[in-house]
Amino acid sequence: MFSYYFNLALRSFRRNKVLTALMVLAIALGIGASMTTLTVFHVLSGDPIPQKSDRLFYVQLDPEPMRGFRAGQEPQTQMTRFDSEALLAQKRGVRQTMTAGGNVVITPDKPGANPQLVDARYASSDFFPMFDVPLRYGRGWTAAEDAANARVVVISKELNDSQFGGADSTGKILHIAPNDFRIVGVLDTWRLVPRFYDLYNDNYGLTESVFMPFSTSRELELGTQGNTNCWDDSGGDSRSLNAPCAWVQYWVELESPAKAGDYKRYLENYSGQQRAAGRFLRPTNARLRNVMELLEFNRIVPGDVRLQLWLAFGFLLVCLVNTVGLLLAKFLRRSGEIGVRRALGASRTEIFKQCLVEAGTVGLAGGLLGLLLALLGLWAVRQQPASYASLAHLDASMLLLTFALALLASLLAGLLPAWRAMQVTPAIQLKSQ
Amino acid sequence: MDIRPILSTLMRHKIASLLIVLEIALTCAIVCNALFLIGDRLDRMNKPSGIAETELVRIQAASLRQLSGNDDLNKSVSREYLDTLRKVPGVTHAAIANQLPFGGSSNNSSVNLSPSQQHSTLNATVYLDEGSLLETFGLRLLSGRKFSADEYQDLAVLEKTGNEGTIPGVIINRAMAEKLFPGQNAVGKPIYSWTGDKPIPVVGVVEELARPNNPGEGPYSMIFPIREYGPGLHFMLRTDPARRAEVLEAAIDALKKLDPNLLVVNQDLFTDVRARYFEADRSMAWMLVVVIVLLLLVTALGIVGLASFWVQQRTKQIGVRRALGATRGQILRYFQVENFLLATVGIVLGMLLAYSINQLLMGKYELPRLPLHYLPIGAIALWLLGQLAVFGPARRAAAVPPAVATRSV
Repeated sequence: MFSYYFNLALRSFRRNKVLTALMVLAIALGIGASMTTLTVFHVLSGDPIPQKSDRLFYVQLDPEPMRGFRAGQEPQTQMTRFDSEALLAQKRGVRQTMTAGGNVVITPDKPGANPQLVDARYASSDFFPMFDVPLRYGRGWTAAEDAANARVVVISKELNDSQFGGADSTGKILHIAPNDFRIVGVLDTWRLVPRFYDLYNDNYGLTESVFMPFSTSRELELGTQGNTNCWDDSGGDSRSLNAPCAWVQYWVELESPAKAGDYKRYLENYSGQQRAAGRFLRPTNARLRNVMELLEFNRIVPGDVRLQLWLAFGFLLVCLVNTVGLLLAKFLRRSGEIGVRRALGASRTEIFKQCLVEAGTVGLAGGLLGLLLALLGLWAVRQQPASYASLAHLDASMLLLTFALALLASLLAGLLPAWRAMQVTPAIQLKSQ
Repeated sequence: MDIRPILSTLMRHKIASLLIVLEIALTCAIVCNALFLIGDRLDRMNKPSGIAETELVRIQAASLRQLSGNDDLNKSVSREYLDTLRKVPGVTHAAIANQLPFGGSSNNSSVNLSPSQQHSTLNATVYLDEGSLLETFGLRLLSGRKFSADEYQDLAVLEKTGNEGTIPGVIINRAMAEKLFPGQNAVGKPIYSWTGDKPIPVVGVVEELARPNNPGEGPYSMIFPIREYGPGLHFMLRTDPARRAEVLEAAIDALKKLDPNLLVVNQDLFTDVRARYFEADRSMAWMLVVVIVLLLLVTALGIVGLASFWVQQRTKQIGVRRALGATRGQILRYFQVENFLLATVGIVLGMLLAYSINQLLMGKYELPRLPLHYLPIGAIALWLLGQLAVFGPARRAAAVPPAVATRSV
């Protein structure tokens, strides 16, 4: 029966090419627009580290003085270097790392070549195992190297490709004037979307080129990059150990999500101790958020992307209403035909089914065309300057969703017209022939 | 023309009429809001920076010698660069700036009106003037004066004074002056910022100086007479608009000749800096334009489809009317008036919907209220669209010959 109805639907399309084309086009435009924006949204709002995002926690404390205090307000978004080093030394999680963004100048070996300013990440050793960083060659550095302010770096695959032609460069030297660093590891392809461990640099930017121990970066006073918030006089160096400035990101990995309560209590105890020591002045206000909570709280998906998503669904709605109208016109135009089928014994349910098959076929055709439009739309998004633009690609799940959405939309649009069509009274139609 | 027969016909096609009304209402609501969003983006993109935009080029550069963090070296290298740049033919002014309007990263500070204030009055961005910022940027002084030569000090020196340092004057932009001292002359009044409980007197007010980025803190900028030296600062060159590209190239060449350890981070015309900063707004505005066009197109196609159906359905009635003496014009107008009525109902509903969508957006995206003048624009657009769309089917209806009435009965 289904194939017969499908056949009928195709015949009906042929009879009424313009109207059919209008419907397919309307659905395709709606689907194309929604899938383009939905894909961008899906890419940007995804879980960057699904295997352990519920066990990685971002720590915030409230080290500010009473001036400007409002009860219940969000504490500093980042940590002071002092608190980070203190928590790091106490090692209360399975793993923990303090990290900050920066930039360094790589000086080339050969004279005459231009020095290169690249993004760097300063972190303590647990960074690599904590964030499941894939290494192509070598290893991350050790806690011992952290403690020794070792001149070691891990470099990105891209930097390794450009500087060492992609060969295993571990053991080789990277010049970051005026110092020489030994390369201990080379990353494999690695790009977190978003780059959740530091929300104060380009969230959808590329992976840093150079990674080095946090302690080393401070000994050499290398340049940092990101937000720094000071609430008191830092005496000229906002990066010093005791500076009243928040600029470090602190992450902890716990055994299970259930341990978060214990860790939060530990942070509150720590705050209490600091207050007792006179360092903290405000009431205890510690925050502990896992990866997805942090991304949600910081509303990391750009506002424009959310707005575009709403706009696209509004557009799809208009296209649907439009399709309902056109389907209604199409079905009722065939009242005579339906009357004959009814008179020959087709039940109302059969008429209803026939109409829905026709609507669904329109939907599938619209979905196919919509897919092409979505590919075009995503191509247009990739031409944009935003750093997330290059990520806008359709994956298998979004491909399936396109067709599911198109089919569902057209079936929904077909319900009302099909219901009207099945109520056609055979007698009147036959009489007026 | 009597609209009663039209109304009674529409009442007999409730579903189809409702669908058209609904489609027009949705389209009207989305188009009004999209137009408003476009206007909002255009406003943002046309925001004045306060500086001589078409005359400025920017070189963000450092010397590898500066990376050691030595204050004296930083100063001598920066001064050396600046002197070299001043000698480049075509350069009328040159200055070192710690940041520039629409340049992205910024230095900001809270500002108070009294030293013991619990919550700060506002947050302003901090421009540091190395000595020639005002002339180079081309800022327009509204009241007060520029900094005098003895008011400048080195940042490196100020930082070492701890809590003892003072800043002898600040120049603020008009927005900040009006916010801090509404209805008064700001010149001579003290503000409290970098130097804690030591007041900084306002010595001048400039008409406009935009922030490097928009942290949602309001359009407040201030300039301190403080010389900052170090890697990564911006060298701003002012020149004749027609010679910008040439001057930029010559300036880079001069620096390269001076210092083989030169590291250029950025070199561009200020107009390009501005264009880059607003690129996202521009593409969003274009996207909205595309959405509006497509929406109107889909709606028009929907109207054409349903109107054609109605014409076909009523062919016999049209024939009868024609046979009874109705002119072609009357038939044509019948369908036009019908569409006008549907569009009107749709537009009224659409306005209400537009307002509720705007309320929703206001809550979510900190947008202002939809100005009323967007509503008639949307209404007229949809009336016109409806009339255009219905014209084809209506003409086909008018072409129905009276003889149809006698056929097939």
